[in-house]
Amino acid sequence: MSRNKQNELEAQSIETIREAVATSKNPVMMYSIGKDSSVMLHLARKAFWPAPPPFPLLHVDTTWKFREMIAFRDNMAKESGMELRVHINEAAREEGISPFVHGSERYTDRMKTEGLKQSLDAGGYDLIFGGARRDEEKSRAKERVFSFRAPGHRWDPKVQRPELWNLYNTRINEGETIRVFPLSNWTESDIWQYIASENIPIVPLYFAKERPVVRRGNQWIMVDDERFPLAPGETPEMRRVRFRTLGCYPLTAAMESEATTLEEIIEETLAARSSEREGRLIDHDGAGSMERKKQEGYF
Amino acid sequence: MLDTLRFITCGSVDDGKSTLIGRLLYESKQIFEDHMHELERASGKYGTQGKELDLALLVDGLQAEREQGITIDVAYRFFSTENRKFIVADTPGHEQYTRNMATGASTADLAVLLVDARKGLLTQTKRHSRIVSMLGVRHVVVAVNKMDMIGWDEDAFDAIVADYQALVADFGFASVQAIPMSALTGDNVAFRCERTGWYQGPILLDYLETVDVSKAEESRPFRMPVQYVNRPNSEFRGYCGNIASGSVAAGAPIRVVPGGAEARVKSVVVWQGEQETAGTGDAVTITLDREVDVSRGQVLSSVDDPIEISDQFQASVLCLSEHRLVPGRPYLIKLHTAQVGVTITDIKFKLDINQGSRLAANTLELNDIGEVTLYTSHPLAFEPYRRCKLLGAFILIDRMTNETVGAGMINFALRRASNIHWQAVDVNKAARAALKSQKPGCIWFTGLSGSGKSTIANLLEKRLHTEGRHTYLLDGDNVRHGLNKDLGFTEADRVENIRRVAEVAKLMVDAGLIVIVSFISPFRAERDLARSLFADGEFHEVFVDTPIEECEKRDVKGLYRKARLGQLANFTGVDSPYEPPLSPNCRLYTVEQTPDECVEQVLTRLETRL
Repeated sequence: MSRNKQNELEAQSIETIREAVATSKNPVMMYSIGKDSSVMLHLARKAFWPAPPPFPLLHVDTTWKFREMIAFRDNMAKESGMELRVHINEAAREEGISPFVHGSERYTDRMKTEGLKQSLDAGGYDLIFGGARRDEEKSRAKERVFSFRAPGHRWDPKVQRPELWNLYNTRINEGETIRVFPLSNWTESDIWQYIASENIPIVPLYFAKERPVVRRGNQWIMVDDERFPLAPGETPEMRRVRFRTLGCYPLTAAMESEATTLEEIIEETLAARSSEREGRLIDHDGAGSMERKKQEGYF
Repeated sequence: MLDTLRFITCGSVDDGKSTLIGRLLYESKQIFEDHMHELERASGKYGTQGKELDLALLVDGLQAEREQGITIDVAYRFFSTENRKFIVADTPGHEQYTRNMATGASTADLAVLLVDARKGLLTQTKRHSRIVSMLGVRHVVVAVNKMDMIGWDEDAFDAIVADYQALVADFGFASVQAIPMSALTGDNVAFRCERTGWYQGPILLDYLETVDVSKAEESRPFRMPVQYVNRPNSEFRGYCGNIASGSVAAGAPIRVVPGGAEARVKSVVVWQGEQETAGTGDAVTITLDREVDVSRGQVLSSVDDPIEISDQFQASVLCLSEHRLVPGRPYLIKLHTAQVGVTITDIKFKLDINQGSRLAANTLELNDIGEVTLYTSHPLAFEPYRRCKLLGAFILIDRMTNETVGAGMINFALRRASNIHWQAVDVNKAARAALKSQKPGCIWFTGLSGSGKSTIANLLEKRLHTEGRHTYLLDGDNVRHGLNKDLGFTEADRVENIRRVAEVAKLMVDAGLIVIVSFISPFRAERDLARSLFADGEFHEVFVDTPIEECEKRDVKGLYRKARLGQLANFTGVDSPYEPPLSPNCRLYTVEQTPDECVEQVLTRLETRL
């Protein structure tokens, strides 16, 4: 009997998503609009077809996302038939917290980490899907698929539960939560190949196009709106760039590229000599910075 | 997408595991420039290779271990070549982290076992080989590392290989490939070493790229544990799960186990459509041609060769927790998608992991592996682990802390649950209770030695007796003179002591009696076990809440004095813990109240219940 062998990674991720939903009371999926979120959402839709996934999408909006991301987000929520919940740390917004004024570390802490905790507490979620992959960063290589969080969303590497086979211990007490990472075993190249083979929609920013950018340090930063503080006399120049990962536009470096199709992106990714997170300015805030952010509750 | 090989690296501390993985990543061009720059920086700061790059730093993730120079958890690493994608579980060599190694081995197709050529086989090497064998890893690469340090000596290599072959002769590995190498220099890892002309075998990377680890799961009978019932509306009801073995096609008859209902597969639903068939590993949604009752934890199974069920098993269990595993204590078992109550009924033996010999044991401590018998609260569909990992693997969860305390593998069922019958009797509890004009029940006194349990229990029984109630008092000291005289005061014996008393009390309640139990019963888990034996409203926990200082002052039996002098081991409150009830039905303060007042309080609280 011949049949098309289903993608093993896909099958395992669908199993993870179903297991999480079957054993939790109030699950939610973090939706960050990037390529990994797109794949995770696609897997969730597959897992519960013909029904829409039985949980809402949650986006912690830092108010500094690329405009194209926000448009894409609203569109995907509509298409998937899922409820989209958007949270903004209003207190921080009123204080005028900005990556340009307060620095990436303080800004991330307030708008992302604090905003995330606020939205999770407000929603009372006991299980939160995230799109992190183990190949992204060293401390993530040790992350569990079902990551246990103490009250206050704290991550303690020493009390994580052993994960054997496909058996996840999903029992928690009041106030504790579990973060579930269905893409744990995917690599950047797996993500791109899957996007291509499944025709998964992604934000156009991933494809090369003439965009207005300025040089900051040794990186190209896109000027996405009028809030960008240009130096006196500075004007953005148009360059053919694309983004390998997407985050807040002031903190996400563009790369010069000619890749305008998925095939070209895959080719470029396979040949890449730097990691995708190199374009993320917050990862370089000091040795072990990602590990520290995680302990404080960041994804 | 590429075919994936999952493997685990293990071996003793300093055998060079992290260096080997770093080398594999480096040689397969998986290290990005920014990581290389970071590595150069870190090598200067933490490195152990002088001015050279310390490749081990690529994989030692958490900051604490970068500073201490040891790996303290399982890290998963990814690399790929043109032909395969690899997921590597890097696991620690320290004994106390054996559980992490078992975690890595549970999903591995192959194990790369490092041996330091200068040291030969060590205790940890043997331990790890045994663990990977128990977890059903069928292929092993013996990476004889640091060969450069002994001048690529062929005889030394041969001796290690011979030792290893002898060690694992009966471990059931399908293949064992030994390779002489140096992870530090990369010789025989990614390129052939010029100094090992005597070695004709494959180099590591080539071997990993080509080794065949497939198992013929497809030809086995169909089994799919139901993970989730998808029921968005009354029109659609689909059973979701990943196929654990065999394949399924539309029209095929299936049986729901346990339960036994049968139906035919109407469709195999996938994203935006249906497909004719699905095979092992696929994540599918199956609809049936008629309404049958199916829920999570049941297994959709072939009709010709249906899956077995049982509620009693013999299994190998690894203790994962600082809290030892104790027979008689109630746990939860998660087996495929089923989760029910379970107790370890007996520890047959504990394995001496280094020698392979069997030792007697009453409990299993962290990292102990034991052969046990299990009794589950409900019958479960299963396969022996050796036949199908996904249907024979389980974890044990502590009901209180929710900690994962054990991991295990079913070896076989002790007897089929279908053969167990409860002898039905015509004169039942209700009839016996009616004759005595009372509600039977169990009043369970718990508290420290000398707290006043026996005094109050004794008075209570007198009161009930004069009121014409039929009672019986089970006192801790008295029962230890007879029924439980074979038991001591270790944690395991205390658990068994309580289990027997609870069972006796249960029989007496069934006989229609009001049973008063007066036992220290220090552990919450056992009191909950006792409670679970009774019907709702039949079990009344009375906490005699006397502070230890007061008990010690009274010291009626002189036991505290002895315990403090060290003449009495495992004495509750002194060198053995007492876990007070969280929400007892009744709490007595003997410092402020007289025994008579205490009895009055119990009677008032339980008035409507007896």
